[in-house]
Amino acid sequence: MTDHSSIIRLTAAETAANIASGVLTAVEVTEAHLARIEEVDAKVHAFLHVDREGALAQARAVDAKRARGEQLGPLAGVPLALKDIFTTEGIPTTVGSKILEGWIPPYDATVTKRLKAADVVILGKTNMDEFAMGSSTENSAYGPTGNPWDLTRIPGGSGGGSSAALASFQAPLAIGTDTGGSIRQPAAVTGTVGVKPTYGAVSRYGMVAFSSSLDQGGPCARTVLDAALLHEVIAGHDPLDSTSIDAPVPPVVEAARNGSVQGMRVGVVKQFRGEGYQAGVIQRFDEAVAVLKELGAEIVELDCPSFDLALSAYYLIAPSECSSNLARFDGLRYGLRVGDDGTHSAEEVTSITREAGFGPEVKRRIMLGTYALSSGYYDAYYGSAQKVRTLITRDFEKSFESVDVIVSPTTPTTAFPIGERADDPMAMYLADLCTIPTNLAGNSAMSLPCGLAPEDGLPVGLQIIAPALKDDRLYKVGAAVEAAFVEKWGHPLLEEAPSL
Amino acid sequence: MTTTTDELVSYEDALATYDPVMGLEVHVELGTKTKMFCGCSTELGAEPNSQTCPTCLGMPGALPVVNAIGVESAIRIGLALNCEIAEWCRFARKNYFYPDMPKNFQTSQYDEPIAFNGYLDVQLEDGETFRVQIERAHMEEDTGKSLHVGGATGRIHGASHSLLDYNRAGIPLIEIVTKPIEGAGERAPEVAKAYVAELRELIRALGVSEARMEQGQMRCDVNLSLRPHGREKFGTRSETKNVNSLRSVERAARFEIQRHAAVLNSGGTIIQETRHFHEDTGSTTSGRVKEEAEDYRYFPEPDLVPVAPSRAWVEEIRAELPEQPLARRNRLSEEWGITAFDMQSILNAGAIDPIVATIDAGADSASARKWWMGELARSANESGKALDELPITPEQVARVTALVTAGELNDKLARQVIEGVLAGEGTPDEVVEKRGLKVVSDDGALTTAVQEAIAGNPGIADKIRGGKVAAAGALVGAVMKATRGQADAARVKELILEQLGVSEG
Repeated sequence: MTDHSSIIRLTAAETAANIASGVLTAVEVTEAHLARIEEVDAKVHAFLHVDREGALAQARAVDAKRARGEQLGPLAGVPLALKDIFTTEGIPTTVGSKILEGWIPPYDATVTKRLKAADVVILGKTNMDEFAMGSSTENSAYGPTGNPWDLTRIPGGSGGGSSAALASFQAPLAIGTDTGGSIRQPAAVTGTVGVKPTYGAVSRYGMVAFSSSLDQGGPCARTVLDAALLHEVIAGHDPLDSTSIDAPVPPVVEAARNGSVQGMRVGVVKQFRGEGYQAGVIQRFDEAVAVLKELGAEIVELDCPSFDLALSAYYLIAPSECSSNLARFDGLRYGLRVGDDGTHSAEEVTSITREAGFGPEVKRRIMLGTYALSSGYYDAYYGSAQKVRTLITRDFEKSFESVDVIVSPTTPTTAFPIGERADDPMAMYLADLCTIPTNLAGNSAMSLPCGLAPEDGLPVGLQIIAPALKDDRLYKVGAAVEAAFVEKWGHPLLEEAPSL
Repeated sequence: MTTTTDELVSYEDALATYDPVMGLEVHVELGTKTKMFCGCSTELGAEPNSQTCPTCLGMPGALPVVNAIGVESAIRIGLALNCEIAEWCRFARKNYFYPDMPKNFQTSQYDEPIAFNGYLDVQLEDGETFRVQIERAHMEEDTGKSLHVGGATGRIHGASHSLLDYNRAGIPLIEIVTKPIEGAGERAPEVAKAYVAELRELIRALGVSEARMEQGQMRCDVNLSLRPHGREKFGTRSETKNVNSLRSVERAARFEIQRHAAVLNSGGTIIQETRHFHEDTGSTTSGRVKEEAEDYRYFPEPDLVPVAPSRAWVEEIRAELPEQPLARRNRLSEEWGITAFDMQSILNAGAIDPIVATIDAGADSASARKWWMGELARSANESGKALDELPITPEQVARVTALVTAGELNDKLARQVIEGVLAGEGTPDEVVEKRGLKVVSDDGALTTAVQEAIAGNPGIADKIRGGKVAAAGALVGAVMKATRGQADAARVKELILEQLGVSEG
């Protein structure tokens, strides 16, 4: 099997099996993907940096291991696209921002280390909204990424580079981060699978912080099983992140291999529909609920009134934390420095550097957060938002007393055209309406494809939400739904994507 | 623009009109091996920026992890200050910009300190005890150091550039804040000094830091305001930063009282500002003016989980606390039969622990005090060392006193033995051996020397025979000279009287 176009369409599980059995070498697989990147990424712009040499060296090491008869891990030799928010020793890490242009991190993020230790081949770093702030990847300082379903549309964000890489077969696996939906919403609009694990499941060490109490790394893939295999590689306790969960990783792979919703109670939240939701999205979502019912699930309607406040609370908490997290970018120690010509003081250099280095959305959020935390306003803004957060957590807790999982559309609309919402932050923020409550409560959620919206032929995502630490339920339900849909469609949804 | 003035009113006049209120903030650098939130070494004196990592450099993506020893030290300090220990507390971010602070926020604690509501009793020079109420003790991290190059003063003003050393960034600090100290009146500066001194003793006794002020391991901010006598409301305070010796604490408080009084007397207003203390002139000058309360935008540190010390752990730490230094000094004063004033001198000399150890090694307390406060204190002073840095152990001092008690050495010889030990000539016994320093108490040898002395000083001998026993001193001196000081003086005197057939008294 040396045909590049068939290699790149394999799932990660198939690729790993082929490498393990000797049908394919890791080098062949890596070369096929590098060739694909060469072929299509000028159009898609999923990658900010391709590490050709590093990837091939990793692949050669895998092949050498196999030649020595060593046991290979479940994803050994499988290529992956890494969101440019994780530090990579010796490889540029920009977080989609000019302010880190030219910075070469001296250390690997824990996720990077775990990927390398599992012999996952890191192809390069993917595009993203600057500092993960955005829902379209248009906020990248390095230009937008196109949605492989329609290059004039957004691939979601902030992890649009990772979702586009998957949907355009440039990589079978990717890593994203999800602060308010940055893994799930891109997955939804590109017809791929994305999981935001329980907060603390995946180490944040070396993941450049946007909003520390919300940020969570997670797996992106084209199938539920592939996501589970990747989940198992990157999750687990890390002593370098004190918010990391010190408990065994839930049995996600086992769950993905044994998909079922038989006898499960599935909640549908009243608040996740109505104004702002595209008709075709609601239609596909309702069909997915019908499929769940057919598969043996009991559907329970839920009322979570606090969810209506989630977006407002999020846009106080996330900017507040970001205003503090981004204070370190002062041009003194690393990254961009502008104005250091001997005529400016250190503080002026910092100011000039930030003016040049941060994009408008980042500046907007720094200002919002600085204001929300300032004395006299703290209680009204940050304090109130934290109270809303508690209410949302309680609504989830109450809901999970009567259901095993909750489902919703992942995002209210399909991929919108590049530029459409660029000047309307509020419209952009609405893309995360259904995903944000999960970040605020810290529990886990997945997005997987549930069809194409009839009116525009673009992918629609189904969101599955599970309680904290019960990430395996996402995979159990997700695998069952995925199997039912693939059977119904006769093939995976991505086969309907246009060839680039 | 500041309205500072160098005009002062006399201290007495200031106190006649005004009542000082002080607040003292002391930062203690803990002596942990590693930093508060990463594994970097805290060793002093290393190459600049050699003890750093992504976390303490504030690299993108790096995260903090709490040093458990740091938390334990904070609890020890809190308990020793009679504080309540929080069952649950959090770190908070204090957001402000400064080049030597890598993250541009300091990880500190805000409204949820680990220890709060305590007190520390301090003793003033006349032995009176003053209770200083403690508001809180909280954990935080130190900043790096800026070195401003090219200016005359070493301050940023006039410098051509600055160098940054982040070795200190992230070293654990405990900030101990008093409640407003009221009612000290004219003794306010003395109370301030006594408080910082007592706190230093306490920190050392707890073993959590060496608290060497000259090395910046303990730094004090003196906040001071005046109010007219009889008024309850506090006046506007000045904040004199980084006052780094006990004497300076006292002088800074005194200076500020005189300066505030001058401003107030002339109808001016005190502005809330940061001030710098100058050791050379004993005065303070204006730093930056706080136009309004600085807004640090505190919020709970989301990168760290709350600290929830179990009650069992807290009680375990409490049970292991050493005796409070003041209580210990009071106990020792009683045991040794000395005054509070004498004890204060011993404390100031840093001699308490050496004396106790010497007594523990078998010496009597008077001898132990005599050597440490006399010969050894002088030697330490001359060599610019602390007593516990001298190359002699309490056991060796105890051995010398034992030799004196046994009559094998007299004071003069004992001094020579100690000198020999300090000079690295070996143990006391070795020095005695090598230098041949033994009291000659062998009656045979002494009798010969005594007879020679009597023969050589017939006049004096006659006086003694005539009843002037006191004149024997001159003959003793002659014998001592003849034996190069090695004779047992008491025995010599006995022999002289015996030879001359005179009985004492």
